[in-house]
Amino acid sequence: MIQPFTTPESGYTLIPKEGAIETQTIEVSMGPHHPSTHGVFRMDVVLDGEEVKRLKPVFGYLHRNHEQLAEKMNWLGSIPFTDRLDYFCSMSNNWAYCHAVEQLAGIKVPERAEYIRVIMAELTRLINHSCLAGFLLSDAGAWGTPLLYAFREREKILDLFESVSGARMMCNYMRFGGVRADVSDDWLACARKVVENYPRFLDELEALITGNEILLARTQQVGILPRELAINASVTGPMLRASGVDYDIRKVDRYGIYDRFDFRVPLGEVGDVYDRYYVRILEMRESVKILQQALRDIPEGPFDAGVKMRNFKVPAGDGYGRIEAPKGELGFYLVSDGGTRPYRYHVRAPSFINLTILEDMCLGHKVADVIVILGSVDIVRGEVDR
Amino acid sequence: MAMDESLKSELQKAGVFVTSIEQLYNWGRKNSIWPLQFGLACCAIEMIATACARYDMARFGAEVFRPSPRQADLMIVAGTVTKKMAPQVVRLFNQMPEPKYVIAMGACAISGGPFKEGYNVLKGIDRYIPVDVHIPGCPPRPEALLHALITLQKQIEQDHLTGKRKLRAYDREQKAEWLVPAYGEHDLEPPRNPEVWKPEPQVRPEAK
Amino acid sequence: METLNQIKDRIEAAVPSVRLAIEGRSLVVDREHLLEVARFLKNDAELAMDYVSNLCAVDWLPRKVKVKEGGQDVEKDLPGFLEVVYDFYSMAKKHGPLQLRCRTDGREGMLSLPSITPLFRGAEFQEREAFDLYGIRFKGHPDLRRILMWDGFKDFPMRKDYQQPDDHEWEPTPHDEVLQQAKKHWPAPSAAPVKPA
Repeated sequence: MIQPFTTPESGYTLIPKEGAIETQTIEVSMGPHHPSTHGVFRMDVVLDGEEVKRLKPVFGYLHRNHEQLAEKMNWLGSIPFTDRLDYFCSMSNNWAYCHAVEQLAGIKVPERAEYIRVIMAELTRLINHSCLAGFLLSDAGAWGTPLLYAFREREKILDLFESVSGARMMCNYMRFGGVRADVSDDWLACARKVVENYPRFLDELEALITGNEILLARTQQVGILPRELAINASVTGPMLRASGVDYDIRKVDRYGIYDRFDFRVPLGEVGDVYDRYYVRILEMRESVKILQQALRDIPEGPFDAGVKMRNFKVPAGDGYGRIEAPKGELGFYLVSDGGTRPYRYHVRAPSFINLTILEDMCLGHKVADVIVILGSVDIVRGEVDR
Repeated sequence: MAMDESLKSELQKAGVFVTSIEQLYNWGRKNSIWPLQFGLACCAIEMIATACARYDMARFGAEVFRPSPRQADLMIVAGTVTKKMAPQVVRLFNQMPEPKYVIAMGACAISGGPFKEGYNVLKGIDRYIPVDVHIPGCPPRPEALLHALITLQKQIEQDHLTGKRKLRAYDREQKAEWLVPAYGEHDLEPPRNPEVWKPEPQVRPEAK
Repeated sequence: METLNQIKDRIEAAVPSVRLAIEGRSLVVDREHLLEVARFLKNDAELAMDYVSNLCAVDWLPRKVKVKEGGQDVEKDLPGFLEVVYDFYSMAKKHGPLQLRCRTDGREGMLSLPSITPLFRGAEFQEREAFDLYGIRFKGHPDLRRILMWDGFKDFPMRKDYQQPDDHEWEPTPHDEVLQQAKKHWPAPSAAPVKPA
């Protein structure tokens, strides 16, 4: 406690100018209703002044019992529910589930379907990463503008999804052994046009954002995630690569037909928020490359393996299938007892597990940085709570 | 007091606009709805898309999304309300100043939607708070949300400030606070607010 | 990566008195030595399983299994248990997966398994989730609380014998279990209140 003192000459009581202002430790519950917590996320934060002393994420405000519902319905019935896991990336979620089931049931996917899947998954990655850039900037204080740019581009890709699947967001497009409907030549032409124009949008976004002084001040050296901790905490996806770990399941597992495409895996050096942002921008550029190759090489042929969906059964056994979703490793652990419905259905959700180290990244930073750090983790509540 | 519509239109032709305080007031209110920036799940993304460039909710005067319930008129319940989230939703609704409106956006907010059979999913937000407009869809398209907004605007136009059918906000007899459920050991307590949730009694069909 | 048999032999050499069994693609580890086996997998230079990708619980009800005994199919009763499945990968060597399983004794009472969170931070929330939904207590977990449901919740909702709260009192198109539940709330036609015409 700083003691006020009285000077004998004046008789005034003066408060000394030197010395730090005493701060109190307060506990703040951020969320579940908070404009920047990406849905109904809650953090219990202990603050000393503005500095974060402790932070505990609280989950469950969107726990929709996806796993239990999936165990009550047949194998096919879960596909629309996977759309609603990570509702930015419904196509990748479909793929992850179908991939796991195909592994378990031993279904071979025809060539054209593989190409269509790659195209859809990479378009999804473009949506996700550009919206992330928009939301991150919103969190950093640029209300609206970057998000409007991102959503403008998103609408173009959603138009593509809608014309092929019938729905904007919840596409419900992939099936075991292929996809639900073929893409037409016109659709491919439209997709080529969107992909061709995408780098222009990226340049525009980067011109607005990447070199921006305020963004650099807010994001560089903030929320550093060290390499070893990232591996130990099972962090995956762009977050892991921003910490400098070269681990991309598209390269490691080479699932689907990813071994045919020429693309690189961008890596960060520092592992701060800026790296996580910039790795995603670079990943979008690589996705554009993959898309260009896939749209060039897509062969003619059947678009599904002709698997009977009615009374679809999976041989008894269990399996874990995973793909590189935009947010990280999305895996499905499935146990079949040979029946028409899964005995156990578990989703390994990347954004749920990426939050493990949220506290470690936020400690010692200001409370305003917590929002930016959370924004850079890129969570979607539907996936975190399932 | 009701106005003679034919006289009103006659006067309008002559360049004289006649209105009542009630109409003027409702006209002002309906064109400046401030929604609560409150996303629960998937539908929230479509809500954001509605506010963004292509659909542009600002054309209807409802683009000012307020993060604070104290400044908002309209709660768009956009997404699945889980049992863990339900008390917070009701509390937020209680914190909004009257006159206030609720749009239940999407199948989940209406009835639990595809997740209805989940143990942690509330089977419709209208068990706890009164809903003005329901939008079906999973998720509803942005156009549907705009349609709901226009529907709500029409409803606001018809609101009465005085008389027997006056608005809840101007009726001192009416409740201003809704019951906030508590977390129980197995379920929310109470599982529904009987003052708000009054479904028609279901009768078992006769055995055929 | 080595075959499962080779890994099993190496673990048995490194961790004394461990009981391992191969089931399908996975290694079943006994409860007492799970942590040591996980430590071996992590520190072994050849395997370097530094990344636990997936951890989830499975509820196995008591069931009948057909076992071949002396050329004949014999039905055997298998008691129920809860099982935790771990999928390990190596980020350093880029191989995997190696699947471990660990089982509880029965399904009732205080079920506990050792926690691998001290070795792998990535297991922290996943173990909390398994505790929340299945009621497995992980010994040695730094912060074992409910994660998805609220704190006062008593049940373990993902167990196969969980009874949902009865809140399906109104349903426009009931079927299956929901129909059975909903019927409880439908009064018989005679007992129903008469609607004023």
